[in-house]
Amino acid sequence: MKQFQYTRAVSQQSTIDAIAKPGTKIIAGGTNLVDLMKRGVTAPDKLVDINNLPLKNITSTKTGLHIGALALNSVVSENSLVLQKQPLLSMALKAGASPQLRNMATVGGNMMQRTRCAYFFDVSMPCNKREPGTGCGAMGGYNRMHAIFGASEQCIAVHPSDMCVGLAALDATVIIAGKKGERRIQFIDFHRLPGDHPEQDNHLAMGEMIIGVDIPDNNFAKNSYYLKIRDRQSYAFALVSVAAALDISNGIIKQARLAMGGVAHKPWRLFDAEKALAGKAATEENFKQAAQIAMRDAKGYEYNSFKIKMAPAVIAEALKHAAGLV
Amino acid sequence: MKETTTLKKSAQTDGLSRVDGRLKVTGAARYSAEFNIKGLTYGVLVGSTIAKGSIKSLDTKQAERAPGVLTVITHLNSPKVPGYQDGKPTGNGVFKIFYDNKIYFSGQPVALVVADSFERALFGASQVKAQYNQDNHQTNLRANVNTAKAPHGDGTYKRGTEDAWKTAPVKVEQEYIIPSDIHNPMELHAIIAQWDGDDKLTVWDKTQGVQDARDEIAQIFKLKKENVQVNSKFVGGAFGSALRTWPHEVAAIIAAKALNRPVKVVLSRADMFTSVGYRPHTWQKIGIGATADGKLVGITHEAIGQTSTYENFTEGTVGVSQSLYACPNVNTSYKLVALDVGVPTWMRGPGEATGAFALESALDELSYQLNIDPIELRMRNYAQTEPQGGKPFSSKYLDEAYKMGAEHIGWNDRSPKPGTVNENGWLVGYGMGGGMFGAYRDGATVKAIMMADGNLILQTAVSDIGPGTGTAMVSIASEMMGIPAEKIRFDMGESSLPQAPTQGGSSITASVGSAVYAVCKDLKEKFQQLIGNGGTDKPDYAQVLKQHNLAKLQVTSSAQGGDERKKYAMFSWSVHFVRVKVHPATGVIKIDKVACVADSGHIVSPKTARSQIIGGAIGGIGMALMEEVVFDHRYGRIVNNNFADYHVPVNADIPQIDALFVNKPDPYINPMGAKGMGEIALIGMASAVANAVYNATGKRVRDLPITPDKLITMDVELS
Repeated sequence: MKQFQYTRAVSQQSTIDAIAKPGTKIIAGGTNLVDLMKRGVTAPDKLVDINNLPLKNITSTKTGLHIGALALNSVVSENSLVLQKQPLLSMALKAGASPQLRNMATVGGNMMQRTRCAYFFDVSMPCNKREPGTGCGAMGGYNRMHAIFGASEQCIAVHPSDMCVGLAALDATVIIAGKKGERRIQFIDFHRLPGDHPEQDNHLAMGEMIIGVDIPDNNFAKNSYYLKIRDRQSYAFALVSVAAALDISNGIIKQARLAMGGVAHKPWRLFDAEKALAGKAATEENFKQAAQIAMRDAKGYEYNSFKIKMAPAVIAEALKHAAGLV
Repeated sequence: MKETTTLKKSAQTDGLSRVDGRLKVTGAARYSAEFNIKGLTYGVLVGSTIAKGSIKSLDTKQAERAPGVLTVITHLNSPKVPGYQDGKPTGNGVFKIFYDNKIYFSGQPVALVVADSFERALFGASQVKAQYNQDNHQTNLRANVNTAKAPHGDGTYKRGTEDAWKTAPVKVEQEYIIPSDIHNPMELHAIIAQWDGDDKLTVWDKTQGVQDARDEIAQIFKLKKENVQVNSKFVGGAFGSALRTWPHEVAAIIAAKALNRPVKVVLSRADMFTSVGYRPHTWQKIGIGATADGKLVGITHEAIGQTSTYENFTEGTVGVSQSLYACPNVNTSYKLVALDVGVPTWMRGPGEATGAFALESALDELSYQLNIDPIELRMRNYAQTEPQGGKPFSSKYLDEAYKMGAEHIGWNDRSPKPGTVNENGWLVGYGMGGGMFGAYRDGATVKAIMMADGNLILQTAVSDIGPGTGTAMVSIASEMMGIPAEKIRFDMGESSLPQAPTQGGSSITASVGSAVYAVCKDLKEKFQQLIGNGGTDKPDYAQVLKQHNLAKLQVTSSAQGGDERKKYAMFSWSVHFVRVKVHPATGVIKIDKVACVADSGHIVSPKTARSQIIGGAIGGIGMALMEEVVFDHRYGRIVNNNFADYHVPVNADIPQIDALFVNKPDPYINPMGAKGMGEIALIGMASAVANAVYNATGKRVRDLPITPDKLITMDVELS
């Protein structure tokens, strides 16, 4: 890999100052960035290690739960507040990667991880995300793991995270710090669709850093479930995953939250299916109908068309688990 | 550079615990890449990005100027390799590295960048700019089956009537496909090469055979064998990938010569997918027919495997159909398609594992057609003598193995109707599949030294790729000599030690074990001569040495098989039983229970034997459910050349695996009565899984791996 400078940030402000310079990247757990550097996919001049910043806290707030950007995936998944208030997030985290990776990976880093598309990782192949204008290798190539929603002619890659699918379903907010101070955006608006700029994964601007996420309190803790279908039972990316959260009262769904992983360039929230479930009885029949609604506009490619059949099955199955029908 | 192993004995019933287990789990065992030689330098290979053509230009200036880079070796500046100078582009079965500008496959090394650190070599490698004249490549087996050619003669075998299965009242004809699988041992292939002058060479090399490696290297560099020392003290798995000397090993030796410094080359995980062989992608078709009461009428088995353009790799894919069952009419054909890919090589259960997937799946399909239990069908066609030539088997207890496994898995709970057992929303199924592999024995020599303190040292040049060879040899010696294992040290993995064969073909316990047995016998006789008549068979060796004022007593003995192989057909046998659960909506497959039974003769080292079966079974589960090399044929390049995308099973995929042994000695193969086990641990496993999935779901997957997407998009097939 290219030689690079390495500094350890002493404060949030010094981090923000450092990343204002082009070619500088933040490193936290490094579970994805170091791989990308070894493969020559990215070659920063300077790394700013932020592991010493006080951003590891997991605390109850007046309106919900705050999780610092540097909280480890493993720690969040076992945290008692998370387990009590947002068990869906714990389930999503535990479905991701391997215990070793979760012990290194942070919440902010998880959000910033890049697609595992093989064409993105192999610098001898075309990839608009890695090198705009070179074409999409996956479009006419091996696209078994790729998007069925929201893809563009430029890119059909998917976001690899499980945690983000959980956070998208739970109406989380991302807290971002930059030169001009802090700003907040809805988690569901954090990641982008590829459009004509697949090189941009998200809306984090140059010179900004993630400092945490907030999850509002809800009534989903009793009836939520994360179901991930993959080629092996650990350390494999999702073929399709579903985060399902229900607020059920007397057998009737008051509110539903649904998000899918492994199907789009960002965690894919299923708003129409959620609306369809609201006010309905928590039955398998209603879950299957909602799953069909969620599949409108799905488009498959040569090797991933199975997802169009698999995804609704996984949605219905996740909802059954969430409702306690399994 | 000697490493001593600490020996520990465990519960008597299990036999010894791994004699080098503590060294391995504490990190004290040193593998080939871990020797810190003075002045060591680090080489990183640059791979071709095209699959076929030639190098137009190579710009190495930037790489040479990169910090810490000492040299960049390419075909333009490589020192001449004496054994390469016969005018042919290939030799020793592999392409000649840095010999000319020809490109045979994507990933073929075109340069070796050597630097004073690994990281600097890696950066230097990224700075080498190659330009190519690209030719049209072919990497797709299915698209090129029309070019298939028999590697030898017409590649066919026939007994009885050709295609007799077609005349049978009940028959099955199906195609079975396996993708290429990569050995992917945990330890990457690695070599450190160090020259001592112009004519002496030492390498620390990951290899399954230090003496074969020595001979190959001596031949390539035209050195005297005794001037080449190959050390492979510990090997972190290989499964066949280290059975031969590969071009990257030659590259390190070339660079060490050019620099006059020791050079280390460790392959990247991506290199492991292109540079050290693999189980070849193979298409097969089986026609099989039986009478209504389940007597086989005929089997026709065709196989077409992929190989490289520069070497034909052949294996015994169709052999199982010739030998596994008593069937009067069998014809087979074996062909190869030469593609612009790296050459395949033997991978655990080579050929037989591929063939057994097809044959044992076809038998299962036939059993449903006949409505006869799959075990009963196999028993109705049980070969009492070797079906090809009629020789008696030296030993065969496969019938007992069927019974043991069936009882253990609970075969009686299997429903003969597929897709009918539902347990809490999961479909449950049972499957079985068997395997066979020749029980081989080579010659081997062992030196035994009884020291004054009563400790015994055994020395031979075998390497141990993981089965626990040292443990098995210590077990044999401990029993023979009547001394505890703690007092025995087994030295291996150096080519200068007494002759031993390469570890492959499940032959080491039979070969080296026999030599250990022989040398212990001879050593005891020497002690008897000292003691005189009437002494005990297992004396206090230290005391005898002291009485005779001797510092040690040593003897070197060889052992090899005799005429028994002419009289008897020798095979090891296995059968695997699997219970699976399949989720009907999502296609998720959970292996619920596994029982593997081996007929491997006498079990010399029960604990390591159990581990060997478990490892093979997991390899078979990987082959069945997830392992698959994926090419993008547009670029002729592998797109899943890493452990995130090429899946091997993880702990979460694997249930308790029970290894059962018939444990009856083979009376003819060797003095211990031990037959091989490494290959049969895997052979047949993939079919057992596929058959269980069919029993659970009614869905017959004939192209591996069986992934959830295939199950949810295919239809139920009911006979």
